[in-house]
Formats: sequence, structure tokens, C-alpha cells
Amino acid sequence: MRRLTKIAAASAVLALALTGCGNDETGSTTGSEDICEGSSGNGPKIGLAYDVGGRGDQSFNDSAYVGLKKAVDDLDASCKEVEAGTGENDADREERLRLLADAGFNPVVAVGFVYSPAVATVAAEYPDVNFGVVDGYATAIKEQKNVADLTFAENEGSFLVGVAAALKTEAKNVGFVGGVNGPLIQKFEAGFKAGVEAVDPKIEIQTQYLSQDDPQQGFENPAGGETAATGMYDNGADIVYHAAGKSGLGVFDAVEAAGEGYWAIGVDSDQYLTVDEAQKKHILTSMLKRIDTAVFEYAEAFDGGSAPSGFVTYDLKSGGVDYSTSGGFVDDITDQIDKYKDQIIAGEVKVPTAP
Amino acid sequence: MKTLQRAGLALAAPVLALVVAGIITSLVLVAAGDDPAAFWETMLAWPENRSLVNIINEASVLYLSGLAAAIGFRMNLFNIGVEGQYRVATFVAAYFAAQAFLPGYLNTVATILVAMLAGAAWAGIAALLRVTRGVSEVISTIMLNAIAVSLVAYLLRKVGSREGQTIVTDTVPQSGWIPGISLFPDSVTDMYGLVFLAVLAGIGFSVLLNRTRFGFDLRATGHSESAAVASGVDVKRMVIYSMLLSGAVAGLIGMPNLFGVSHNYGSTIQTGIGFAGIAVALLGRNHPLGIAAGALIFAYLSEQANPLGILAGISPEIIAVTQGVVVLCVVIAYEVVRRYRNKLEQRAVAEALEAPGPSKEVTA
Repeated sequence: MRRLTKIAAASAVLALALTGCGNDETGSTTGSEDICEGSSGNGPKIGLAYDVGGRGDQSFNDSAYVGLKKAVDDLDASCKEVEAGTGENDADREERLRLLADAGFNPVVAVGFVYSPAVATVAAEYPDVNFGVVDGYATAIKEQKNVADLTFAENEGSFLVGVAAALKTEAKNVGFVGGVNGPLIQKFEAGFKAGVEAVDPKIEIQTQYLSQDDPQQGFENPAGGETAATGMYDNGADIVYHAAGKSGLGVFDAVEAAGEGYWAIGVDSDQYLTVDEAQKKHILTSMLKRIDTAVFEYAEAFDGGSAPSGFVTYDLKSGGVDYSTSGGFVDDITDQIDKYKDQIIAGEVKVPTAP
Repeated sequence: MKTLQRAGLALAAPVLALVVAGIITSLVLVAAGDDPAAFWETMLAWPENRSLVNIINEASVLYLSGLAAAIGFRMNLFNIGVEGQYRVATFVAAYFAAQAFLPGYLNTVATILVAMLAGAAWAGIAALLRVTRGVSEVISTIMLNAIAVSLVAYLLRKVGSREGQTIVTDTVPQSGWIPGISLFPDSVTDMYGLVFLAVLAGIGFSVLLNRTRFGFDLRATGHSESAAVASGVDVKRMVIYSMLLSGAVAGLIGMPNLFGVSHNYGSTIQTGIGFAGIAVALLGRNHPLGIAAGALIFAYLSEQANPLGILAGISPEIIAVTQGVVVLCVVIAYEVVRRYRNKLEQRAVAEALEAPGPSKEVTA
């Protein structure tokens, strides 16, 4: 019995300690550069609630932070960032939003669709506070004047990097690494596949998701991302596109290890700008999902007294999604990519949202 | 005097553990450059009414999870599969309830039974492997957790429908919902209507363990398997029964939320409750009241951590550290107190032997 207790205690502590470690990295990043600390402008008081992981993923959450920073600089806003813990339920998320609203923050921006039910509930309790949800569907749960869902046409942006991959692959074999297998990331997959097939239907596409439903394992798991991407390169792919948040950093490690002639495609932010120097020459392009634009424009509209409500969609047409050209690796094919871009904007090419 | 001393010693361990855990957490905060005073001010502030309700809700769920783990622990079985059993059971229950085979609350009752059966069945796999093939339940339950996650996600995609960016099962018919109980008029949150499930399970656990032949056999096997075999206990049967029971209780974990709040099973279901239950059971020394205290402490810590980031500027992740340290300290403190008590007893015996008066009693 006592031996069992010791084993049990050790495992329990280990599990808790690992949870702590996993997020420690982001904690330290928050400390080093923090726009909100000391921000005391007279503009809007923005409360920003992250999903698990928070800042430091060089992708999804960091993109929201860029928008927040712009709001502080341009709108003289003050702000507060809050991170989520692991293993939360809707009650925890609701409480976080209430605390922000109680502390006088308005608007409150929730980063991640997982906040949608919580925002739908809390917005009804605070009719004078505006809530925005990145990737959200709170409006679908309950339509409210003070709630906006900031959504993106990720399938359209992914289509363009799919075209880029198809034009650049020499092995005629490309890969897609997704975080959590759900409707959101499937939009990336569907668009990417459609883009590749539009150029050459004979190209083989490998697909792998890191988790079926655990965000921690899907988006916070660079080791898993590295394993998945290494497997794809070993299997004949020469370009891998990831839509896996922080796990994507592992995909970049894999492409660096694979060496010359292998590429990776980034997501959300222009990842060429943030990866290690040695990895830069492998980042073909990035699918830009302008969460920064969405966050900033939402704050700006609020500041102007006309915060939007309902679904606000950022697509190719509005510049909400796009592809990056940093590094100059796609300079020779931008004409072809832009041709597809124009066709999508004109509605001549319809990009599927599910694979 | 003697009883007073014993009570003092029993309380000494948990109090000692909490104090040491508090000191270590403060040291971690100082090392990380945060302000411990702000931390304690936030953590020890009396929670708002709505937070009190959240604490009760979270504690009731953690309590069920802790009980599920404790049933195994009492028998020296390390069921780390509570997480998987909870997921499988909640999914099966949500699917079953949405079919509305039965009207109104009959559906609710039947669904709870189905959840227990599903949890028990999933745990039963590990039990069968253990008694027929000798597979360690530690290994098999860990693996079954991983399988459960993937299996449920796969089935959810088969039977579920899209809601925004998530996939959910059909909604449970409204006639079977258990509405929340409003504890405070000014609170926007309600207590789970099924909080009493946790109370019932606790009473059941206590009665079963202390008042039945089964409970005696279970504890006996936990203390010494060979002694239990010698006194005629069928250990294999006990392994199966206790794993099934553990799984059945794990099946209850998702019920308060299913019938009270979510009314469906979605891909954003709360994860990690099963693992937290292991820590809670340890904290409570596998005792029904102790587990309740452990569940309340864990729920209190996580709820109070919410304002940390907003009011004190400290990452709420520090609470994971605190929880881990509390568990570690409790285990160490009990060991320290146990040794101290042994020493006291030895001294008492020695004094009794040396003293001229009571020596008669000893010889008598």
C-alpha cells in the first residue's frame, strides 16, 4: 500500500509538473516583452483572453498579440492579457471573462473558438461590454448585439499555399500536419488539398493530425509535430504544410534535419520572420491568417463607437487571409498563385471547407 | 489526553503539508520574480458567491473522480484509466440519452445506469487482462486512455453534428434535464442539480468499505494479498469487481455536467479530471471524507487562480505547481507523522515497562 502511494504520488506530481513545464516557456516570454504592462492610454481598455498555451507559439496567439500591440500604439489603448489553464471547462472560461468585464475591460477579445459558449453566456450578463471571439461561433449559439465572431476563410488562404506547394514540389509528394482533427483545421486541409489538386491532381498528399480532440496534444506539441513531419519527409514528401500552432515549431525542426531541397509552409503569422536563422531557407511561404488585423479592426471599430456584431468574415477579398513572400522562394510563381487568387476573389473558383 | 494527542497527530499531517506547500509556492514565486504577497491576497480572498458555486460544482466532479481512483487504491490496484472511463461513459451516455428511449426522468435514470455500465465495461477490459494474462493494470489503463480518446473522437464524428467549430452529439431531450439549484440570489452560476450524486457515491463508498464483507475483503487484499488468499479471499474475483466498481463510479463523473449544463457530448469536453482524481484520492488518503476535503482544496485552488492573471499579474499556471507540491507534501508529511507516532508509542511502551507501578499490569 505505501509503495503504491509513493508511485501514485510520484506520477501525480510528475503529471502536474509536466503541465507546468509545458507552459513555462510561454510564461517567460510574457515576462520579457509585455505591451500591456504599463499601458495606460486613454483609449479602449482591451481585455484579451488566450486559449491554452498563450503567447509564444509564434503563430496563432502571437498574431492576436500583434493586433493588440497595434491597438495600444495606434488607439492609445490599455490592455490586459490572460492565459487559460489546462483541463478547463466552460465554467472556468466564463469566470475569466466575467473577471475581465468586472475589472472594467471593454471590449473583451477571446482568442479561440473554444470560448464561444462561454462568451454567449457571459455577454448576456454584461450587455454594456462588447465581446469578440476569434474563430468563434457564439452568434450561432445566441445572437447578441454585443457579440462579434471574427472568422476567417482559412480554406482560401490554404488553397494558395497548396498551389505554391504543387508548383514547387519535385517529388510530386506533399504533406499536411494538422493540430486537432476538427472542423476548424479541416478547413485548412480542404483548402490545401484543393489548391494542390487544382495544379496537378496526380500529386500525392499525406495527411496527419496530431490529436483527435486534445488541444494540448494538437497545438502544444512540437515533438509530435516533428515526428509527424519527419515521417512524411521519409515517406517521400518534400514539402509539408502545418496548421498546428506551436506544434508547427517541430515541423520546422524536421525540415531543417531533412536538409537541402526540403520545404515547410508556415501558418497564421509570417513564420519566415520568426524561425531560427538555420530554418529560414526552408520556409517556402506561410498562409497568413490576419488575426492581428481582426483584433485591431475590432478594437478600432469599438473605439469609433460602432463595434460590429454577428459573424465578421475575413477572406481573401478583404485581405484577412493571404500568403507570404518573405525569403523570396515563391517569387517565380507569384503570377500563377495570384491568378488563382483573383479567380477565388471573383468567385470563379469555389474552395471547399471540408475535405 | 491520549485522544487529544491522537487527534492532534491526525491533523498535524495535513496542516503541516499545507503550510510547507504554501512556503514552497512562495519561494517559487520569489524565484520567478513575482510578488508572493499579491498571490496570497488573491488566493485567500473570500470568493464571490458565483465562485463558491463553481467551487462546489468542480469539487463534486473531482470527488467522483477521486472516489473512482480510491476504490482501486484501497485494493492496491492502480487504476489510472479513470480519464478514459469517464470519456467513454460520458459519450455513450450522451448518445443514449439523446435517443430518448424512455420519457422524462426515466431517461435520466436509465442514462446514469448506462454511463456506469459503460465506464465499468471499459475498466473491465483492464481487469480481464490482469486476471487472465497478468497484464499490469497500470500499463493497460494508460493505453486504454489513449484508445478511449481516439475511439470516442472517431465515433463522435460518425454520430455527431457540427456546431460552429466543434462536433457534438444530439441534445438530450429537455424533459430529462436536471436544472441547476440557485444557491445565492445574486449569483449568475447555479449548483449542479446532480451534486447529490457525489454525496450518494461517497456514502455508498463508505458503507461498502466499512460495513460489508466485500469491503472487508477489499481492504484485506489491499493490506496483504497473501494473507487474504490464506483467509479464503478469491483475489482474481476481487480484482474484477473492484475494477468494475471503479469504472462505474468513473462513469458518473460526466453526469452532472451532461444533465445540468452541456446537454450533449462535444469535442471540447473538459479533460484531465480523471488524472486530477488520482491526486485528490492521494490527498484524501482514500478516505471518503478525506477525498471530499481534497476535492474542495483542489477546486478552491483552481477557482481562486482565475483572478491571478487579471488582478495580480501572475500566471495562473503557478497553481499547477501548488497542487503538485501539496500532493507531495501530504505524502511526506504523513510519513513523518507516522514515524513520529511510532516513536511516541515505543517510548510509551518503554516507560510503561520501566515504571514500577504498571509493570504489574504488563506481567498480568
